[in-house]
Amino acid sequence: MSPAANHARLRPDLLEIAALVEPGTRVLDLGCGEGELMAHLERSRAVAARGIEVKPERVVDCVARGLAVCQGNIDDGLQDYEDNSFDYVVLSLTLHLVSRPGLVVQEMLRVGRRGIVSIPNFGYWRIRLGLLTRGRVPRAGCFKEPWYTTPRGHVMTLNDFRDFCRGNAIRIERQRFVASGGPLSRALASAIPNTFAQLGIYVVSRRHQVPGAEEGG
Amino acid sequence: MSGDEPQMTQAKERPDLPPCEQPDSAGIVRTKFFTFAEPPNEMPLDSGARLGPITLAYETYGQLDARRRNAVLICHALSGDAHVAGYHSPEDRKPGWWDGMVGPGKAFDTRRYFVVCPNCIGGCKGSTGPASVNPATGRRYGRGFPVVTMADMVRAQKALIDHLGIKTLLTAVGGSMGGMQVLEWAIAYPESIWTAIPIATTPRLTAQGIAFNVVGRQAILDDPNYRDGDYYEHEPPARGLAIARMLGHITYLSDESMHQKFGRQLRDKDDYSYEFDVDFEVESYLKYQGQSFVERFDANSYLYITRAMDYFDLAAKYGSVEAAFRSVLARFLVIAFSSDWLYPPYQSKQIVSALRANRAHFAYYEIPSNYGHDAFLLERERISRVISDFLALNYARALDEEKR
Repeated sequence: MSPAANHARLRPDLLEIAALVEPGTRVLDLGCGEGELMAHLERSRAVAARGIEVKPERVVDCVARGLAVCQGNIDDGLQDYEDNSFDYVVLSLTLHLVSRPGLVVQEMLRVGRRGIVSIPNFGYWRIRLGLLTRGRVPRAGCFKEPWYTTPRGHVMTLNDFRDFCRGNAIRIERQRFVASGGPLSRALASAIPNTFAQLGIYVVSRRHQVPGAEEGG
Repeated sequence: MSGDEPQMTQAKERPDLPPCEQPDSAGIVRTKFFTFAEPPNEMPLDSGARLGPITLAYETYGQLDARRRNAVLICHALSGDAHVAGYHSPEDRKPGWWDGMVGPGKAFDTRRYFVVCPNCIGGCKGSTGPASVNPATGRRYGRGFPVVTMADMVRAQKALIDHLGIKTLLTAVGGSMGGMQVLEWAIAYPESIWTAIPIATTPRLTAQGIAFNVVGRQAILDDPNYRDGDYYEHEPPARGLAIARMLGHITYLSDESMHQKFGRQLRDKDDYSYEFDVDFEVESYLKYQGQSFVERFDANSYLYITRAMDYFDLAAKYGSVEAAFRSVLARFLVIAFSSDWLYPPYQSKQIVSALRANRAHFAYYEIPSNYGHDAFLLERERISRVISDFLALNYARALDEEKR
């Protein structure tokens, strides 16, 4: 078992998410897929990871990794999960695919003290440029699949997500922006994320309801 | 997994060899017997009665490893027995009831694991049940046999496991009623079970489940040959038992699987008979299932075992399903089947919710299948894959713990 090898295989946005998780905590990964993030968190950060995955064959992959995975659909809600039963609830590149994203985020913040959400940025400059010049939805950044092969999708920019948080008493505690390419791309992504980041990663919590938050109960 | 472990590859069939000599067959097995709870040390039952001596018929496959951490307990369902795999003789053409799962290279790989399968008490396949002779009277128990529960069955299994020198089971696995016993194991003996694999089961039998048992029992009780259970010197209540079995079989299938298997096909004819003979394939199938069951099962055992299932209710016993699982230590692999309407997936999810509330380590796998409840016997490939991975990892984890 070589952690370096695991690092190498982990998707870059998952690595970013893993870096935001405090060691020794309890993490629920919504739409955990084959369990890459969970396995990484358990090995490298001594996290107690739990996952929900809708596809049976991926559940089997998770079991083969020794992970605690529950087959289920996050669109059905998290009603079997108790309030504040996790330190973090993670939703990586899935928010735009669920039927009611707002509800899913509220559920995340009920079940977890914090949520970590990564979202693809429809405001990424290549997408804007493609739409402007070719008049077609470009397949750039996180939107690699054509519109007709994906089950459903909500398009939002990073600014849209910020607005959503502001309007729903959700505090953004930390954020990371990801852009492929060299140092210039990365610098631009942190300076003007809504235009230059391919995806944004946010650590969010409920305003007024996190123990030790500014209101102090 | 390291490369030197035996892989889950199915050995090639050898047409030149009889079934029992196929490379992936558990081979020739012999049923063994273990007798305990001799008076005055009878085993106390949930009902308050005591039972003893108790004989358990059981079969074993493979070898117990040096650290005694590779033992797999298989709990059979309502009509099952200790003969889970392999053959009883070279001429035997019918393998054990879960032969596809137990043998060299199979999910319960007998080259790696020591598999134990006992017949439950109350049964009629070699373990003490209503058809056994009561040593105190010299006559068969019949209806004088005490009503037993799932917990009683498991208590007897624990005595066998102790007798075999096994401190901790690598896993207990079973479908349907076997799954109920797996749950009882994890709850009653948390220190003695490393992992648990309940399949197509429930934390409490529902009203619908009880209802089907009621009708099956009524068919037996109303058979004139039943004679209040004292029929062993006479004709057995074969018609009642056959009807009970026919009803049972309907609940094990699904609308879809019946449609695929039989449709409206007629049996050996081109037109309706306009009589009440066997016209339809499904009619013939159920009739055959009923009749062949009579030859291998005791009607009293059917009553006692279904009663034990009726009484199975972890919520009532412990206050709530969640409370029932408070003490569990085992890691769980919970498996359900999409088309199972006898033990539907929502009932497995009740187990899962209780495990979650107790922060247990579990995986829940819902297999898409058209086979209904019977899927636990038929979806061999899917079940095999997930179980062999789950077992291999947890066996390694058990050996790791031993080293510490």
